[in-house]
Amino acid sequence: MSDTTVSEPRSLKPGLVPPRSGDPEITDEVVTGHGLSAEEYERVLRIMGRAPTFTELGVFSAMWSEHCGYKNSRPALRLLPTQAPWVIQGPGENAGVIDIGDGYALAFKIESHNHPSAIEPYQGAATGVGGILRDIFTMGARPIAVLDSLRFGDLDSPRVRYLFSGVVKGIGDYGNCVGIPNIGGEVHFDRGYEGNPIVNAMCLGLMKHEDLITGVAEGVGNTLMAVGARTGRDGIHGATFASEELSEDADEDSRPMVQVGDPFTEKLLLEASLELIKSGHIVGIQDMGAAGLTSSATEMAGRGGTGVTIDVSRVPVREEGMTPYEILLSESQERMLVVAEQGKEDEVRKILEKWELEAAVIGEVTDDGLFRVQESGVTVAEIPALPLTTGCPTYEREGIEALEIAQLRDRELPEADAPERDLSEAVLTLLDSPNLASKRWIYNQYDTTVRTGTAVRPGGDAGVVRIRGTRRAVAATTDCNGRYVYLAPKTGAQAAMAEAARNLVCTGALPLAITNNLNFGNPTKPHIYYQFRQAVDGMAEACRIFETPVTGGNVSFYNETDGRAIYPTPVIGMVGVVEDVDHVTTHAFRRPGDAIVLLGVNTNELGGSEYLYAFHGLVAGAPPSVDLMAERSLQQATLEMIRSALVCSAHDCSEGGLAVALSESAVGQEKPLGFEVRVDDPIAPVPLLFGEAQGRIVLSCDPDDVEAILEIADKHGVPAQSLGTVREAGDGLVIEAGAHRVHVDTHAARQAFTRALPRRMDQTLTADSE
Amino acid sequence: MRVAVLTFPGSNCDYDLYQAVKQVGGEPVWRWHRDRGLEGMDAVLLPGGFSYGDYLRAGAIARFSPIMEDVRAFAEQGGPVVGICNGFQILCEAGLLPGALIRNESLRFQSEDCLLRVERTDTVFTSDYAPGQVLRIPLAHAEGNYRADRETLDRLEGEGLVLFRYVDESGEVVREANPNGSLNNIAGIVNPAGNVMGMMPHPERAMETLLGSADGLGVFTSLLASLATAG
Repeated sequence: MSDTTVSEPRSLKPGLVPPRSGDPEITDEVVTGHGLSAEEYERVLRIMGRAPTFTELGVFSAMWSEHCGYKNSRPALRLLPTQAPWVIQGPGENAGVIDIGDGYALAFKIESHNHPSAIEPYQGAATGVGGILRDIFTMGARPIAVLDSLRFGDLDSPRVRYLFSGVVKGIGDYGNCVGIPNIGGEVHFDRGYEGNPIVNAMCLGLMKHEDLITGVAEGVGNTLMAVGARTGRDGIHGATFASEELSEDADEDSRPMVQVGDPFTEKLLLEASLELIKSGHIVGIQDMGAAGLTSSATEMAGRGGTGVTIDVSRVPVREEGMTPYEILLSESQERMLVVAEQGKEDEVRKILEKWELEAAVIGEVTDDGLFRVQESGVTVAEIPALPLTTGCPTYEREGIEALEIAQLRDRELPEADAPERDLSEAVLTLLDSPNLASKRWIYNQYDTTVRTGTAVRPGGDAGVVRIRGTRRAVAATTDCNGRYVYLAPKTGAQAAMAEAARNLVCTGALPLAITNNLNFGNPTKPHIYYQFRQAVDGMAEACRIFETPVTGGNVSFYNETDGRAIYPTPVIGMVGVVEDVDHVTTHAFRRPGDAIVLLGVNTNELGGSEYLYAFHGLVAGAPPSVDLMAERSLQQATLEMIRSALVCSAHDCSEGGLAVALSESAVGQEKPLGFEVRVDDPIAPVPLLFGEAQGRIVLSCDPDDVEAILEIADKHGVPAQSLGTVREAGDGLVIEAGAHRVHVDTHAARQAFTRALPRRMDQTLTADSE
Repeated sequence: MRVAVLTFPGSNCDYDLYQAVKQVGGEPVWRWHRDRGLEGMDAVLLPGGFSYGDYLRAGAIARFSPIMEDVRAFAEQGGPVVGICNGFQILCEAGLLPGALIRNESLRFQSEDCLLRVERTDTVFTSDYAPGQVLRIPLAHAEGNYRADRETLDRLEGEGLVLFRYVDESGEVVREANPNGSLNNIAGIVNPAGNVMGMMPHPERAMETLLGSADGLGVFTSLLASLATAG
């Protein structure tokens, strides 16, 4: 283990602050209880030049938590490319921002709420959506879409069904009320997430370039104002809580750390904030998110190179008797910290009053570089601001692959040579797998069409939102197959990148940038750090080759329950632009008689597949290999075909393999169709039909356009083959694979596909709502 | 034609209504719920969303908003008033339309396209549709289950005050087509005077095929055409 921080930031030493009466004494136990190691506490002492007060210790604890301080991830994250000519705002702000043409910019970010959702799924997920919305509108952008990336254990567990239904309802109720369409996302069920679900929420926001604003405390003498909801005792030390492993009894003990959301207040805050930003009366604005007032104030000062003084007695509170410690670390939702131009406080207040919200002056910007907290004029904390935000010790650890994973990867796989079951039955079973089946049960609970922009709704390869007044649209997707990353972290991360990019191009969008949510176990364990580091390496390489830089994201470590880590799950949230809405394409076959073309190559890779999990309960083998250059060519070829108006449908071929991709295009729509294809690759039937080889897209097109499509593929060096024909629903789903023949009734396939989630969930509603 | 689009705290379809009015050539005018007066307005639209967070009951608080007094006066003078989704809920709570919208039978928020049959084409809201025409329109609500007492229901049916009904593809009123449990598959109604209409599905979200359907256009073109005639 090596400490890599180059130097401690310079700053003034804080003055002496006498202990506040009633506050606990600082003992070794209190320090440890705040999640600080002995070395870290040593550094606190050096920075302070004295022992911290209890309030100051709380501030360090929150700011140097994994969640706020990125102490185990920062060195690795520096490897990720962050620049491109279209990047307007890279990492370090509330959200990334890219240019999307016609004078518009797109703000976007993803964030996790795994820990709170494991304890209290409804509020945990709801406040996750609330937080990510605020990250977007504090940039001056109006939220136009949300997506959610979810992982749970297997649905046969009642506890998992409770978590799943609670999370979906939480996401729905919050986003629906605020009025932001949900345009997609993903969900996987696998015992690898049993105790520790993943709840990542992504938001996109649209703005004119000139409306961009950042979270900076500038202008000495400017006024700090607390805006929005009042501060209560909820969520105190949520950031520190999110930086620890969960234990079996975490439920009861940790529930007070989970915040409670109020989407109605959020909607008012959204409108008020956008009006404030337009008014020109403010110079900076930031969500009081993780670590609340502490992180927003110190981060704004840090970015501005200034100091701030806050008097906690002026912060509007929900209850009497709150201590400075509590007010500083509360994570009450729907609050903003605003830096107003001096003299414009009343103007700010008027805008908030119109929206029936409060605004209170709580402090000012100073030039001394200190984060100073007072209680009715008496100083209770004084800390150099910069070391709080950038002085957090960072660790670059040694990573070692766990032996058992290498063994799993090398394991011989069943059915790799000869099938042990009826292949037609296998297709039906896979379509009924919650991982592959229709997610309609989920997105029927989300408003997907509000704001009248949704051109491709959930259920497609990516969500697409039209930009009114232009010919353009933006597309977004979230992707990651944790099994792949578990079996081979670098390849798995690259597969996530590749799938995200394929999903975007299948809707007609050019991929432009990513935000990532790196969900891992405890990074102080060498085999976890190995996963993390390998995944970041793989992602960095893919970002460079795809020209999709990272503009921000989130790291969520300690996703472990009783020492068992989740599958490493670096979720990629990728955004792109459709140049002309006429190019918008979906995954669904359109007309009987259309030709079906496969871009890319079938392989005999069966490792990490849903087939192995569904039939053998196995997560094993090497995950499908990823050829990044081939992926890039595939993306370019597909886009050219779509832009040339040759493509009727385009669908990424991934989980479940070729047989499932074809079936989804056929029955993944209200009016299902059939198909008849033939594949002659010299590959055993199970890997051929159900292997998850990367770099493949299934197209359909007018039969007269097949030649043009093959020509474009050839020009880009992309292997392509004509597979067969779209048929009437009554003709069924037919695949000839060498000597094997799959024939599935279209109606039965549609039933399996659409009933998989309802039949597992609806029976248990009463039990869940207890 | 000046069409007021009201915004209550928590409204979130006001923007969509504004765009819909603009698209058919009307002149939309924002009206905040505390602004008073609807003078000079030719029609008033109450948008969907979650006014006051749906706290207490959907529409139960918004009906006390200052502008609702003006909406009532406007309606009493025969001015056309349309409430969509939460707007419909508010009109029911305000007593401008009969009945109530309770929680969906599924007890869940439902968001999907539904099929609606146009029951009457002799109203200012439906004149551009063909009798019995089946429309594809998105809906998105948790409390859209239309309820009324026997007497009210008989009156609605007897006087032909049901404007839209949930149907299947062939235009039949069947249980499977009913997304929320509404009595008689009722999706939208009109008052006896024919100038106040409420519906749960969102015609303003079905204005162009790019977004899935243009079947909602008729509500807005009908209204604009009637205003042009009236003017």
